[in-house]
Amino acid sequence: MYAIEAQNLTYTYGIKTPFEKTAIRDVSVQIPAGEFVGVIGHTGSGKSTLIQHINGLLRPTSGKLLLNGKDIWENPKEIRKVRFSAGLVFQYPEHQLFETTVYKDIAFGPTNMGLSEEEVRLRVEEAAEFTGISSALMDQSPFELSGGQKRRVAIAGVIAMRPEVLILDEPTAGLDPRGRDKILDRLRRYHQAQKNTVLLVSHSMEDVAEYCTSALVMNRGTLFAYDTVENVFCRTEELEQMGLAIPAITQVFHRLAAAGIPVSRNVFTMDAAKQALSAALEGRGRNA
Amino acid sequence: MLNDITLGQYFPGNSPLHKMDPRIKILLTVLFVVSLFLVSDPLFLIAPVIFIGILYLIARIPVRFLLKSLKPLIPILIFTTVLNLFFLPGDVTLFSFWVIQISDKGLLNAILVLIRIVCLIAGSSLLTYTTSPIALTDGIERLLSPLGKLKFPVHDLAMMMSIALRFIPTLIEETEKIMSAQKARGADMETGSLVQRAKALVPILIPLLVSAFRRAEELALAMECRCYRGGEGRTRMKQLKLHLRDLWGSLITVILCGGMIALGFLL
Ligand SMILES: Nc1ncnc2c1ncn2[C@@H]1O[C@H](COP(=O)(O)OP(=O)(O)OP(=O)(O)O)[C@@H](O)[C@H]1O
Ligand SMILES: [Mg+2]
Repeated sequence: MYAIEAQNLTYTYGIKTPFEKTAIRDVSVQIPAGEFVGVIGHTGSGKSTLIQHINGLLRPTSGKLLLNGKDIWENPKEIRKVRFSAGLVFQYPEHQLFETTVYKDIAFGPTNMGLSEEEVRLRVEEAAEFTGISSALMDQSPFELSGGQKRRVAIAGVIAMRPEVLILDEPTAGLDPRGRDKILDRLRRYHQAQKNTVLLVSHSMEDVAEYCTSALVMNRGTLFAYDTVENVFCRTEELEQMGLAIPAITQVFHRLAAAGIPVSRNVFTMDAAKQALSAALEGRGRNA
Repeated sequence: MLNDITLGQYFPGNSPLHKMDPRIKILLTVLFVVSLFLVSDPLFLIAPVIFIGILYLIARIPVRFLLKSLKPLIPILIFTTVLNLFFLPGDVTLFSFWVIQISDKGLLNAILVLIRIVCLIAGSSLLTYTTSPIALTDGIERLLSPLGKLKFPVHDLAMMMSIALRFIPTLIEETEKIMSAQKARGADMETGSLVQRAKALVPILIPLLVSAFRRAEELALAMECRCYRGGEGRTRMKQLKLHLRDLWGSLITVILCGGMIALGFLL
């Protein structure tokens, strides 16, 4: 049984209008529980459309979506429950903040679940902890925070529902490198502590290489690949053809290998690069 | 749900109606609407009904779209029809039952009003279906420009209108996004009592207002950065020019409406 399973998922926007547009076509994929999946693809390839199916915000035009082996549209009246088990953080989530205090905003989701006040408090504090929101911020207005802080509050608002699957649509868009690293590090820690499934839509191949265990690649509304990060990034040429660059460091190693230096082509992160380089240098030292 | 807002929606196309000059289209629509009200015999309304039907065919606008823009008016249509039908006294009673009496005048008037309103909506919707908001405000600005001599701020008004129109779809999209985001946090907008539903609007309206203000500020800033300073001495990129199709369209409509009005006065 898979955490998320799509069966021939197809979705068309604006059916029966002149603006009709099929955003995803016949997508079938099986994602096991506990993965940290990077969702990548050129702009307009259908990533956002795909992930909005996972928590039932969009209803497939045809095909099925299963969470833990269960069709989420089996009983349309229960769709709200699905939204609690698959938490979705939209792009620019800080635009959804509305409460008078940070605490109340994070509590919005859990309160909607009908939990007791203590349980809500527990979850809000836990979520704030995961996202690195200090207790001093809790009574401030969310509109007074910095961009990165707002974003983390909004993410906490979804984490506080303790979803089994956490989906984030470009959570780092428009942030400075520090804010970006902070959010991604927090997410990794969250994933490691909770051992649940996380989907991360990202335009940064470096981030996917660094943080994700597997990668899902969309191309013009169809699924191009779902595999481990290594296997996906090995298909360099195909990726480049659809306008996706492999990580810069990988490109460096491809050049090195092409220049006859004995290094692996499959180096995707800085740490791996350091190791590979020092190994290559050692090897050379011994030969000389 | 928000997609139901069609009044004022543009339906892109390539028909002669789409290509007509917006100024002419606005004037002809006004003429058409006025003539509808100068006719008092339902018999003479057959012509405009057929006319509108043909125009919709030419513009290739599906009937579904027209029905959608009529939908919000159904209560009003029913109300006026019932009023006219049952409560207008006439010379001949066609049908009577208990307190209800249907007279010949009542029946006639009910039909008249019904056709009038439907034609009115169909006609004015046709204008917005075949004319993009930009072209529409352009046309309005040009038509009102003589008023500028009287120090009436025509350009400012037109600019405000085109900005407002321009942002309607953006705001709808924004609303949809915010609704989705709150739904993802379990907001429930579809069930509950009236009070609960009104409360459920708060998480949508506040972010919407915040973003509307942000957008307005950004737009003002961007316009200022590009040295926008009002209408004086501005030339336009797209000049409006009259074509043969405008002449033909005007001729046909004027003859039809003129005929209707003339008959309305003669009889
Ligand atoms: N609400 C909508 N109405 C109509 N078409 C839409 C809508 N949302 C998306 N689309 C279309 O569906 C296609 C896929 O869009 P989607 O937002 O899923 O892409 P994406 O991969 O998330 O892109 P990006 O990286 O830019 O966020 C696009 O061609 C887009 O124009
Ligand atoms: Mg997207």
